[in-house]
Amino acid sequence: MKRHLISAADLSRGDALLILDTAEELASLADRPIKKLPTLRGRTVVNLFFEDSTRTRISFEAAAKRLSADVINFSAKGSSVAKGESLKDTALTLEAMGADAVVIRHSASGAAHRLAGWVRGSVVNAGDGTHEHPTQALLDAFTIRRRLKAAAARGSGLDGIRVTIVGDVLHSRVARSNVLLLSTLGAEVTLAAPPTLLPLAVDTWPCAVSYDLDTELPKSDVVMMLRVQTERMTAAYFPSVREYSRRYGLDAARMARLPDHAIVMHPGPMNRGVEIAAEVADSTRSTIVEQVANGVTTRMAVLYLLLGGTEFPEVAR
Amino acid sequence: MGATGHPVAGRDGLAVLDAEEIRRALTRIAHEILERTHGGDGVVLLGIPTRGVPLARRLAARIGEFEGLEVPCGSLDVTMHRDDLRFRPARALGRTDLPRSGVDGKTVVLVDDVLYSGRTVRAALDALTDLGRPRAVQLAVLVDRGHRELPIRADYVGKNLPTSQREVVHVLLAEVDAQDAVVISDEGRPS
Amino acid sequence: MSPTKASWLIKGAAVAGPGDRGSTDLLLAGGAITAIGTGLSDAGAQVLDAAGLIALPGLVDLHTHLREPGREDAETVETGTRAAALGGFTAVHAMANTEPVADTAGVVEQVWRLGRAAGFCDVRPVGAVTVGLAGTRLAELGTMADSAARVRVFSDDGRCVADPLLMRRALEYVKAFDGVIAQHAQDPRLTEGAQLNEGEISGRLGLAGWPAVAEEAIIARDCLLAAHVGSALHVCHVSTAGSAEIIRWAKSKGWPVTAEVTPHHLLLTDELAVGYDPVFKVNPPLRTAADVAELRRALADGTIDCVATDHAPHPVEAKETEWAEAAFGMTGLETALRVVQQAMVDTGLLDWPGVADRMSVRPARIGRLTGHGALLAVGGPANLTLYDPAAPAEPVGTVGASKSRNTPFAGMPLPGRVVATFLRGTPTVLDGKLV
Repeated sequence: MKRHLISAADLSRGDALLILDTAEELASLADRPIKKLPTLRGRTVVNLFFEDSTRTRISFEAAAKRLSADVINFSAKGSSVAKGESLKDTALTLEAMGADAVVIRHSASGAAHRLAGWVRGSVVNAGDGTHEHPTQALLDAFTIRRRLKAAAARGSGLDGIRVTIVGDVLHSRVARSNVLLLSTLGAEVTLAAPPTLLPLAVDTWPCAVSYDLDTELPKSDVVMMLRVQTERMTAAYFPSVREYSRRYGLDAARMARLPDHAIVMHPGPMNRGVEIAAEVADSTRSTIVEQVANGVTTRMAVLYLLLGGTEFPEVAR
Repeated sequence: MGATGHPVAGRDGLAVLDAEEIRRALTRIAHEILERTHGGDGVVLLGIPTRGVPLARRLAARIGEFEGLEVPCGSLDVTMHRDDLRFRPARALGRTDLPRSGVDGKTVVLVDDVLYSGRTVRAALDALTDLGRPRAVQLAVLVDRGHRELPIRADYVGKNLPTSQREVVHVLLAEVDAQDAVVISDEGRPS
Repeated sequence: MSPTKASWLIKGAAVAGPGDRGSTDLLLAGGAITAIGTGLSDAGAQVLDAAGLIALPGLVDLHTHLREPGREDAETVETGTRAAALGGFTAVHAMANTEPVADTAGVVEQVWRLGRAAGFCDVRPVGAVTVGLAGTRLAELGTMADSAARVRVFSDDGRCVADPLLMRRALEYVKAFDGVIAQHAQDPRLTEGAQLNEGEISGRLGLAGWPAVAEEAIIARDCLLAAHVGSALHVCHVSTAGSAEIIRWAKSKGWPVTAEVTPHHLLLTDELAVGYDPVFKVNPPLRTAADVAELRRALADGTIDCVATDHAPHPVEAKETEWAEAAFGMTGLETALRVVQQAMVDTGLLDWPGVADRMSVRPARIGRLTGHGALLAVGGPANLTLYDPAAPAEPVGTVGASKSRNTPFAGMPLPGRVVATFLRGTPTVLDGKLV
């Protein structure tokens, strides 16, 4: 595995399977009396969150602590960054504190790349602008594998599993990472969205594209709903929330048209009633709650594989 | 001692135990376990991956044959507790599979193929402590090759095999390697 | 500076111009070229051995940002003109997006005087088209034209004159004093928040796209307007194949349209953005290899009239940050000729007389600049550049005369070397160093 996890494209099929299988093994930790392993004792993981995200930050914090690492939380509000400190200066401060790994969430695409040039430790991208969110894709892949393959999960990829990702792909880092990772693992990915919410060159991506959600539903093993920001309406991406919901929202009627075994996913937070109806979110098909637990396990696997072994020699990037 | 002296197909090196000798050693260990634990009362066998696991299963099967007793059997991966993690890239984990009856108050017999420095067993003891509180922990190994670096000893030994640190001991088991044998080769590598 | 008023004898240069003028001598005295021939001599003149060097008329840049007044942390007229001289330029047009904006006679005269005081090259200030570059009402174009700075080129560069009515009025108005409107073609509505060329790379990197059509649609509109009112339009930094096609079409109709291209758009593509290093962030953005190829063809066949650097210096903190926060722009004065050699001459698309035409003659003509842009001839002003095309390819450094370091060519080996630059017979650069 490479020194940083910045894009899902950094992971080969072998790397991705190693992470998922390691997570499979670590999942049983939650059932033990002592939910802790000594593996990262003495290592420091810094959570560098410039964007508010309690959920993801807590997930990384829990993952690091269960491996006995020390965790330092840095959030942008009320910090030196709010006073105008640059990303570079923040990075240099972390270096001086001896961070072994920095988990960064930032509103600018490419922030994780830039940070990786300024720190010696490992950088884990927890979401940079509209670019990528690789650990989200990993926990999504893990969830799909567990739900659809059950006992046969260990060691297997997602070959032949049909995943439909629905919504604002253009602005979604979750979509980008998932398209890359799921296709690396052998899944067949289809994007369903209005043309205005798809990037211009999406035909070069390793997936199919459809403007019609209803045709895709009966052929989907997994439906992944993306959050739609209602502010996109004022920038003329779609005429109204009502029309968006009518054409691309997953309601109970659409859910009924899915194959029996199909599951419904959402990275959260949800706009109940916009892209996903309440009864869908709360149904047994929905993996939304277990995605949270799986997030801790997958992030433990990532931190272990990045930090649990040899110190990486200085590599030219 | 008595090395049989004929080379094993597919490996250079000397076979020091053949399939028949391995079978007899495991039978003897199974009997010894039954003796020392008053008939296998409260015993749990935990194999250390990779080859400790089929060995534990074979022991459980023999105990079942001799006493009609079903001994709970599982595996205990020690990777996360190793003391040499920082010297190699992070390794893939083996399976930890505890029997449903757990380990609290049990006599856990750790099973491994080769006992050498003792560090793997030390890691296993740490891993075990986080899983519960056994009444006692014992150790069964197929081969003890000496050169302990920690104060660790085995309770049950299939074969004592004095070796030099330049030698490498390979345990081959049908479940993993399609044949049963213990082979020593001189690969000139220090341990 | 070295003794002024000395005369110079340049021996053995290859003069770029019509006819094969192999090894030629030039005598410079009193600010003019007094003799051209072979075997020339002059007892009182300093001699410069120009064997193997090409003699070009002093280069003229139609598009430079000198940042003074207001952004002296990035560049001043002095440091910018030093960089220009090192690049072989004898005249530069200084764009108006300073602080305060150059929309009055006062500011343009200030910039012009700073240029004269520094003395490294002639500075011709560009006047803003609209007050404060706000795009709502015309600036005092006539007053700027009449001022000591004698402004003839007007541009809101940095911003587009998007309002079609205002663009029409501006084009009409400057006819009175033979001015030209230089448009930065960028439809603001189509490029809100844009960061990088809209294409495969922007989609992959999650950066908001800057679609080619936002440039092409404005150019098409402005060509039609220029034709309709019969006034001169100059298109700044053409960056797409489609834009070049539209300009070719407009010229085929005989319309008064001229255009420029930057050195970086002749060589670099949006692939370079993959590491998110904002040194490659520029407006208009780097485009695709197909665009680069078409721009080279268009410059070769004269559809694009000239190379203009769009030298845009920025302080370190403006570029050492996340892409979205970084400033747009690249420096270019010191590397321009070397990039043009790599992209156009070494590829066989343009010869040295062609370079003289595109980097001196035509820009001077478009800028209505007298005293520059004349092919080297007896009696003409002694503005010339001596260039060594055979100098071994050296990686470009970041440290130069410009105050700023944001060159996209850092570390890239480029051929050639500017050896000497003469401004009205006085050397500003000798042996590749400022005098």
